[in-house]
Amino acid sequence: MKNFIRIIFLILSFIGHQFNSYAAEKVEYLKTDWSFKGPFGKFDRAALQRGYQVYNEVCSSCHSMKYLSYRNLTQTGGPEFSEAQAKAIAASFEVKDGPNADGEMFLRPGRLSDKFVMPYENEKAAQAANGGAYPPDMTVLVKARGGGVDYIYSLLQGYEDPPTGVSLDDGVYYNKFMYGNKIKMSNQLSDGLVEYSDGTNATVEQMAKDVTTFLMWTAEPHLETRHRMGFKAIVYLIILTILVYFSMKKIWSRIETEV
Amino acid sequence: MAEKKTKRRDFLFTATYAVGAVGVGAVVWPMIDQMNPDASVKALASTEVDVSSLNRGKTITVLWRGKPVFIRRRTQEEIAEAKSVKMEELKHPEKDEDRAKDPEWLVMLGVCTHLGCVPLDQKGDYNGWFCPCHGSHYDTSGRIRKGPAPTNMEIPEYKFVDANTIKIG
Amino acid sequence: MSEHEYIPKSKVGKWFNDRLPLLTLANHLTDYPTPKNLNYWWTFGGILTFCLITQIVTGLVLAMHYIAHADMAFESVEHIMRDVNYGWLIRYIHANGASMFFLAVYIHIFRSLFYGSYKSPREIIWIIGIIIYLLMMAAAFLGYVLPWGQMSFWGATVITNLFSAIPLVGEGIVTWLWGGYSVDNPTLTRFFTLHYLIPFLILGLVVLHIWALHVPGNNNPIGIDIKKPSKDTVPFHPYIVIKDGFALLMFMIVFAFFVFYTPNILGHADNYIEANPLVTPAHIVPEWYLLPFYAILRSVPDKLLGVIAMLSAIFILAALPWLDTSKIRSAVFRPLFRQFYWILVADVLILGYVGAMPAEGLYLLIARIATAYYFIHFLVILPVLGFKERTIPVPLSITEPILGGSPNLATAKNKDSLINQ
Repeated sequence: MKNFIRIIFLILSFIGHQFNSYAAEKVEYLKTDWSFKGPFGKFDRAALQRGYQVYNEVCSSCHSMKYLSYRNLTQTGGPEFSEAQAKAIAASFEVKDGPNADGEMFLRPGRLSDKFVMPYENEKAAQAANGGAYPPDMTVLVKARGGGVDYIYSLLQGYEDPPTGVSLDDGVYYNKFMYGNKIKMSNQLSDGLVEYSDGTNATVEQMAKDVTTFLMWTAEPHLETRHRMGFKAIVYLIILTILVYFSMKKIWSRIETEV
Repeated sequence: MAEKKTKRRDFLFTATYAVGAVGVGAVVWPMIDQMNPDASVKALASTEVDVSSLNRGKTITVLWRGKPVFIRRRTQEEIAEAKSVKMEELKHPEKDEDRAKDPEWLVMLGVCTHLGCVPLDQKGDYNGWFCPCHGSHYDTSGRIRKGPAPTNMEIPEYKFVDANTIKIG
Repeated sequence: MSEHEYIPKSKVGKWFNDRLPLLTLANHLTDYPTPKNLNYWWTFGGILTFCLITQIVTGLVLAMHYIAHADMAFESVEHIMRDVNYGWLIRYIHANGASMFFLAVYIHIFRSLFYGSYKSPREIIWIIGIIIYLLMMAAAFLGYVLPWGQMSFWGATVITNLFSAIPLVGEGIVTWLWGGYSVDNPTLTRFFTLHYLIPFLILGLVVLHIWALHVPGNNNPIGIDIKKPSKDTVPFHPYIVIKDGFALLMFMIVFAFFVFYTPNILGHADNYIEANPLVTPAHIVPEWYLLPFYAILRSVPDKLLGVIAMLSAIFILAALPWLDTSKIRSAVFRPLFRQFYWILVADVLILGYVGAMPAEGLYLLIARIATAYYFIHFLVILPVLGFKERTIPVPLSITEPILGGSPNLATAKNKDSLINQ
């Protein structure tokens, strides 16, 4: 039994190690403490609401959020805006609907059931407006990058003057956390760029953290439920395992005495 | 002593079975619940209809939760006819006042209560609706009068948001 | 099958059983005499059955919501993750379930290799097992394509292009597989169909696998033939059922940990980017469970030979019962084989490791050495070892080992007592 567990453990840790090594280029990302990390991690509501504000005022002019609906903003485990707030947010966007009775498309104020309005009609339009680079959709962006939240958080603060010897084309910027260090997005954040309604000081660091938290939620909207359910499931499994273990001992004792 | 031992063993096995059964139940539920309407379907549970261009004596059909809803702006004759019916004559007695809060507007799920076909407008023996599938006749209030359908056509939850807009659901 | 004829007690039972002997089958399964010294490495058969059922059930559920269309597949997966009730849970179980399935199957296979379970008279069980393993790889690959992310798309492109290595007809086969001139919507819909089909083929083969097992009965850690039923065996129920259940629960704790706390660690981040035929990801890596074979493929500089080497690495296993010339099953009594066995385990792990690394420089060299060793193990070491090695005397029975004095036997007995709790 001991041997058995030892071997299983070795194999698991080997596999785990392989996955760590997947991230071939190891960069030291900026560290911050994320409230949603760990088995009991939860989102910081206020950070999510502020993060939405940063996304809305800064990112959303180029980056779409196509799998998210306005109704999600009210959902438990998310920013938990009140229904009235979310309705007001939705109504502040114009949504294309139709065709109407005359067969024409028309614009109407957004509703909770609408998906987030996209900044561009399509990917080609997005590329055309951004010098050929497509600003990626942000809904699952955190999960689509090897470094996850730490990467996004660092990237937003990683703009620097290029070291001597590195020449940059027009519309290309130097970022020490970007893969290959060249990025087509210019530095977006500057101190005091947005005015937080809760009075939080909008430093670059604060905004980067808030918007990254928001992006983590858009990528994993059920994270809190998952953590909660996982804890219950594992506690349950451990209890059942103990019960089965003693049942097993009892049952096997019937023949052990004979042997 | 021996008896006590068996009892304890029985308790252990019973507890194991019981705890195991709870787990099986907890696993089965998500597999069942996934077939219930999902969050995006639930979000579309209400719809708003502009009725400003609807004239008296006309019906429009709108889609709500995947089913047709008849919105009929009734004429005075139709209203009078609907109100004059005696309760005893009805298979499923309901007053017209209870079905149309504003007598001019009848908002009704356009689904025959027999087996779910969509009845035809202004057809049948009672100047209301007629279901072509199995011959159910409905009156000007959408109540079943003749044929196999068991109940009147259903009235969904709705309200006037303003003078020209009805919100269904 | 059973030694004695089973006759149901009730009249109805007898009436039914005379017409369809389901009760006889159930009785056979519960009474099935099992060696009592089976250790925990033997619980993975039950665990694998659990994995298969989990994958089928969660897969059916996902298929109710998934849309097999190039334009909608990615979105429908996000729909499952966001909107469908418990959709995220079901998908994470299915995605991580594939990894857990392979983890269990590798342990199962390596258990077989250690204790010589593939040897006469169990060759058919072993070969059916290899077919199941092949089908599992096919199912896993096809399933990985369905979310239509970048890794899905490029994985599909790379793997289907392997067929182009076939002389003359290769290109034609690839176009036929694609249903077009590249991986596209027709490819996705057929992959979905096949992904749906294969688990049921596996299920059928599992029935055959177990059937074939029940003819000679289980092998055991001592690797000796045992009389059944006898003092050396216990009825499958409750003894083995409860032990398998205990091991399964431990396995489920690991499984749950992945599903609830690190659901994406076994996947690749690029698969959360929607498929784009214009951009190839920087590193294309298959899922971890295919890495050793991927390493073998890449270690051969020739395209066709690479594919042949990779396929041979799997098919060579089917010939194993005849390549291993030793009459003694269990490695417990083959000290030299035991050392080579652990070298093989290390070799496969190394292959897996270099499979995840870029195919260049030192990694490529290591991959080549490890590939060569893999084949040498099966083609040279095993056949020679059977004739040359000095083995330890094998006891005649599990309960009454009559060969006293041997220190290794003491170890064997020790293991035995551990096994029996």
